[in-house]
Amino acid sequence: MDFATLIQILDSAVRLMTPLLLACLAGLYSERAGVFDIGLEGKMLMAAFASASVAYATGSAWLGLLAGIAGAAALAGLHGLASISFRGNQLISGVAINFLASGLTVLLGQKIFGLGGRTPSLSGAARFGEITLPFAESLRPLPVIGPVYAELVSGHTILVYVAFAMVPLTWWMLYRTRFGLRLRAVGESPASVDTAGVSVIRLRFAAVMICGVLCGIAGAYLATGISAGFVKEMTAGRGFIALAALIFAKWRPWGALGATFLFGLMEAVANRFPNLDLGVVTVPSMLMNALPYILTVVILAGFVGRAIPPRAGGEPYVKER
Amino acid sequence: MTAAPAIELRGISKAFGPVQANRAIDLVVPRGTIHGIIGENGAGKSTLMSILYGFYRPDAGQILIDGKPVAIADSQAAIRAGIGMVFQHFKLVPNFTVLENVVLGAEDGRFLRRSLARARGELKRLAAEYGLQVDPDALVEDLSVGHQQRVEILKALYRRADILILDEPTGVLTPAEADHLFRILRSLRDEGKTIILITHKLREIMQITENVSVMRRGEMVASVRTAGTGPAELAELMVGRKVLLRVEKPLARPGAPVLEVQGLRMVDAEGVERLRGIDLAIRAGEILGIAGVAGNGQTQLLEILGGYPPAGATLSGEIRLGGRPLPLAGSQGRARRRAGIGHVPEDRQAEGLIMDFTAWENMAFGYQDAPQFQRGPLMDNAALRADAMGKIARFDIRPPDPDLAAKSFSGGNQQKIVVAREVERDPDLLLVGQPTRGVDIGAIEFIHKRIVALRDAGRAVLLVSVELDEIMALADRILVMFDGRIMGERLPAEATAAELGSLMAGVEPARADAGGIAG
Repeated sequence: MDFATLIQILDSAVRLMTPLLLACLAGLYSERAGVFDIGLEGKMLMAAFASASVAYATGSAWLGLLAGIAGAAALAGLHGLASISFRGNQLISGVAINFLASGLTVLLGQKIFGLGGRTPSLSGAARFGEITLPFAESLRPLPVIGPVYAELVSGHTILVYVAFAMVPLTWWMLYRTRFGLRLRAVGESPASVDTAGVSVIRLRFAAVMICGVLCGIAGAYLATGISAGFVKEMTAGRGFIALAALIFAKWRPWGALGATFLFGLMEAVANRFPNLDLGVVTVPSMLMNALPYILTVVILAGFVGRAIPPRAGGEPYVKER
Repeated sequence: MTAAPAIELRGISKAFGPVQANRAIDLVVPRGTIHGIIGENGAGKSTLMSILYGFYRPDAGQILIDGKPVAIADSQAAIRAGIGMVFQHFKLVPNFTVLENVVLGAEDGRFLRRSLARARGELKRLAAEYGLQVDPDALVEDLSVGHQQRVEILKALYRRADILILDEPTGVLTPAEADHLFRILRSLRDEGKTIILITHKLREIMQITENVSVMRRGEMVASVRTAGTGPAELAELMVGRKVLLRVEKPLARPGAPVLEVQGLRMVDAEGVERLRGIDLAIRAGEILGIAGVAGNGQTQLLEILGGYPPAGATLSGEIRLGGRPLPLAGSQGRARRRAGIGHVPEDRQAEGLIMDFTAWENMAFGYQDAPQFQRGPLMDNAALRADAMGKIARFDIRPPDPDLAAKSFSGGNQQKIVVAREVERDPDLLLVGQPTRGVDIGAIEFIHKRIVALRDAGRAVLLVSVELDEIMALADRILVMFDGRIMGERLPAEATAAELGSLMAGVEPARADAGGIAG
């Protein structure tokens, strides 16, 4: 494998990991606050549909992004209402959101566009274009650094840079701000937060809404960044892969970056080498395509060492006597 | 000019549904004093303090802090009014550092750096001033229970609390830790802080408080100066009738040995030798008490005898029940019960009960396969419930509702459920661990009587307790354990508390000088 191929695979991995990274960070906020969220998938799907529809109607990817965020945030609000305010079961609420999104996107899509659940293809300003960073072309001749900068670092949509910027930002929020301290505390021991005179409900809602916004960006990226429009079930389990990555990352922002890169890389390799020839055997494409999902199962089965989830995760907070 | 009292409650009432938890409570706590509040479990102490800390709104009544009426709508308001609370179950984030726990909710501004720096300096000052030393960078989950409690106190002081409420603070502490806590509380009082101590240990009230208020069934029945009262009077006020602090029991008539233990050794999974050769024998019709400071092997001894040794432990030695050797290794709980060993475990909530299951289910556990509870291949729930109703009546378990979950009962009634289950099977040997820990005086008396009754019926009882008073009152013979060994044997009539105390500390008192040491 030559250097150019490597760069291409890495470049593709960066694109493919972006929605996973956003969703993984989304889940991180929610779960660190003690609200399990298996509805990442549904929120991304809803956001993808909303952003594609609005981008098509208005011709603006930015308005599409806003619509995507609004769509995902609405579902996040629903999840918060069910599992925080009404102390419902967080898993059931998440499952319901996934079903709701899955059904609603296709139904609305068919009703509005009549294309079997798809939205019309987007083009021009209705999609997020690739940004060429300054000096990308002038630096290209340089050995190693040139291609890395021009191909790998430059030439992505704005949402990719947003996703990567979210990693240090999230780390800083969690470990260096008052909000982060309280957020981490409420996921471990909500009673401590409550007796300290801080509202558990408000904190958890804030976390769930941040989760919604990030899922919205992830969904918008899927429909208006990496693809040109909405296709039914286009998230293809990425919400669940993001959850697996979150466990792999042990609920830490930098870990999320590493874990989602691994998943992105696998998808990229599978795309580049549909039938991977290892000399002795040829790995069939079906197996290659299944790799991210296989890794998900391996991670969820606990083969990556002990991952301790936030202690109060999954439990609605009830003030005790 | 006399200063206004730090706290004054006027006519506080609070009902939960049909239950009147607090009824027209008046309380005056002068500034700079330690004020004890005692009462049985369920007397309304915790509800009253929860109102003071803003967890509940009272239905009626007024709260005055420093003579000024205040409305305490939530914990934030209580903190602003200068009230700090140390809960019985600590409200700490286990995987946060001490510093982060102290700062949580009382940060200076949006960013942590400044808050943490200020807290670090403040903790250093408080440590020097009150003897509250804790490593600020240690994770709370790595700290001992005593140190975690210090963190709770530091949290309150960091929030500039002038009034400190402690709910059963010594329940989880070793005697040495409790002594240290009391030293801290005294120095806080000397600095002008006001302290409310909720407890049901009369000894603590006598030891440290200036004034004491007694609650019974939601009412404040007395507020007196501690110096002008005594444990017997307080106990009587708490339960509303004369309590026998000494257990009345006829002379023991020991028969044949029921349980014999020889050379029992246990090395735990970490390679620490917890039991270093235990020899003991219990006869029919006697209560053998095992005294000792918690953590000297008593727990392991009970678990091994009960048939569930700690995971990964290596055992050697011999246990004989009625002359027949019992297998040591593996999980023997069921076999031991069948062989006639009843067991009231030390931790009723973790080992004695399933908290989410009903009282009648809990009263059957371990014995649910007895023939009288079977109907063909099925469990006879009607028979089980009827059996539970009988136990509830005979043990005066309140509320008398077999369908209530175990967690809905007070500590004393939970323990009665366990004791009823084990005692009514009429075991040849009853193992009892900490039978009255966290249990109110009325229930203590009741449980003690049942244990003595079992003995008088010719059964053997092994009693493990860290309460020396309980051992002295109940046991016919006393063994003292220290560091996995039996340090000595005494008869309760001949032993002094001082002599037993030195045995518990691992010191063999010279018999000739026993009088001198006891004095």
